[in-house]
Amino acid sequence: MNLGATWAKAWIRTSADVMSEHRVELINLDREIGDGDHGENMDRGFQAVLGKLDDLPADAAPGDVFKLVATTLISTVGGAAGPLYGTAFLKAAVAVAGALELDGAALVALLTAARDGIVLRGKAELGDKTMVDAWTPAVDAAAAAHEAGANDLDILIAAANAAEAGAVATEPWVARKGRASYLGERAIGHRDPGAQSSALLLRAAADTAAA
Amino acid sequence: MKKLVNDPKNVVDEAVAGFGAAHADLVSVHQDPNFIVRKDAPVAGKVGLVSGGGSGHEPMHGGFVGFGMLDAAVPGAVFTSPTPDPILAATKAVDGGAGVLHIVKNYTGDVLNFETAADLAAADGIEVRSVLVNDDVAVKDSLYTAGRRGVAGTVLVEKIAGAAADRGDNLDAVATVAEKVIARVRSMGVALTPCVVPHAGEPSFTLAEDEIEIGIGIHGEPGRERIRLEPADAIVDRLLGPILDDIPFVSGDEVLLMVNGMGGTPQIELYIVFRHAAEVLAAKGLTVTRTLVGNFTTSLEMQGMSITVLKLDQELTTLWDAPVQTAALRWGR
Repeated sequence: MNLGATWAKAWIRTSADVMSEHRVELINLDREIGDGDHGENMDRGFQAVLGKLDDLPADAAPGDVFKLVATTLISTVGGAAGPLYGTAFLKAAVAVAGALELDGAALVALLTAARDGIVLRGKAELGDKTMVDAWTPAVDAAAAAHEAGANDLDILIAAANAAEAGAVATEPWVARKGRASYLGERAIGHRDPGAQSSALLLRAAADTAAA
Repeated sequence: MKKLVNDPKNVVDEAVAGFGAAHADLVSVHQDPNFIVRKDAPVAGKVGLVSGGGSGHEPMHGGFVGFGMLDAAVPGAVFTSPTPDPILAATKAVDGGAGVLHIVKNYTGDVLNFETAADLAAADGIEVRSVLVNDDVAVKDSLYTAGRRGVAGTVLVEKIAGAAADRGDNLDAVATVAEKVIARVRSMGVALTPCVVPHAGEPSFTLAEDEIEIGIGIHGEPGRERIRLEPADAIVDRLLGPILDDIPFVSGDEVLLMVNGMGGTPQIELYIVFRHAAEVLAAKGLTVTRTLVGNFTTSLEMQGMSITVLKLDQELTTLWDAPVQTAALRWGR
């Protein structure tokens, strides 16, 4: 589909479904190296967004959708994930403000702005075993695909694939940010829950673009 | 898992409502968003003190709202930081024109949400200062972690800073006193059993019948080291060693010794712990001049305890002794 507001809303609706489906999986990942609330918080936040999507005006642009997602997640998720995902969507909204349809360059700008927002708030670097380890590979893969002339769908698929690989790659690492950092070497062998929810979110973006 | 709950989704709302009903003489409770304020808030001309964090640590923080301590407490979901909106609402509700101090425990979520709320409050013209409590010596290598966690020492920060605010100190002075306490307080804890978050329904980690977890935080997160159960005195030695080495505490110091229950440990065991902790401090030449024993910073129904030592001086002792009237701490008035 064309990547306009209809896609943006479909992405967020699918994300809400996916967060509900993977609620227990995210809780379990977080219980192993955090405090076990990530799945609950993401599910609560995206369900709250679902309830508000229909209130958007008919002529809303993708940026308006992302802004609504941002403010809703900030006020409903709590924990670290609320401000981090909220800031990501807020920066993404600013990056694509005014555009009614997103092209490849806009997609790369959206993903880059989201990642930069997460880094700005959380001050994590690549390799710290956080969301950034899904987002940065996704941004790099999307930019490379765009440069190679890929279409919108393939850019999003490249981002989703890289995010999933990035989440898996966190498993053998020690965490240097967030609650898992308190565990030292005991975090080894566990996937970062924030990287996993990030991968789910980006897969939903690609899946809805393919529909 | 057996718990006295209705719908697990309503745990915090129902507990906050009950707290307000039980302590209507001390506090007012606001719901949606949830926050608890001192009955007479805002107190004109007084610095407002706001703390908060995930629920499940009761009586922290709601139990410390009242004269001589906090002006507001903002409870999040169980073990989850509150979002910026209720923190902002509480900040506005207690602003008496002298500014507001946020007392934040050093966890990534709490820091991010309080930062966001402070930015929003500043945009509304309220002067906000923040202090980060990080008394837990179990976390090593702050350079490679999110930094030391805030645990039971938070209670002492809130009490002493609250007394400074109630005697009329300005925002800078209250923040300075709070920072002074933070610089001089150290804690470490142990878990004998894990705890169960109501909506999760399963323990946050598992311990064998003969295992204990040394260096736990207060959110059911695992600690630094898992060992076989030992006699109480040996466990006290394991916790006090890193605490005393850290500042360090030296012979001649006057200290406040706090033994804090994690929620599921009976008082009789806390006093066994206190007895040996006091002996160890005395042997090191420290004088315990103030004490606090009980459940103040809990982790739901976890069995276990933490030990906190605060290096006192005349100013901190005077502020500790100042009157306080809250649901969980009350003396002198």
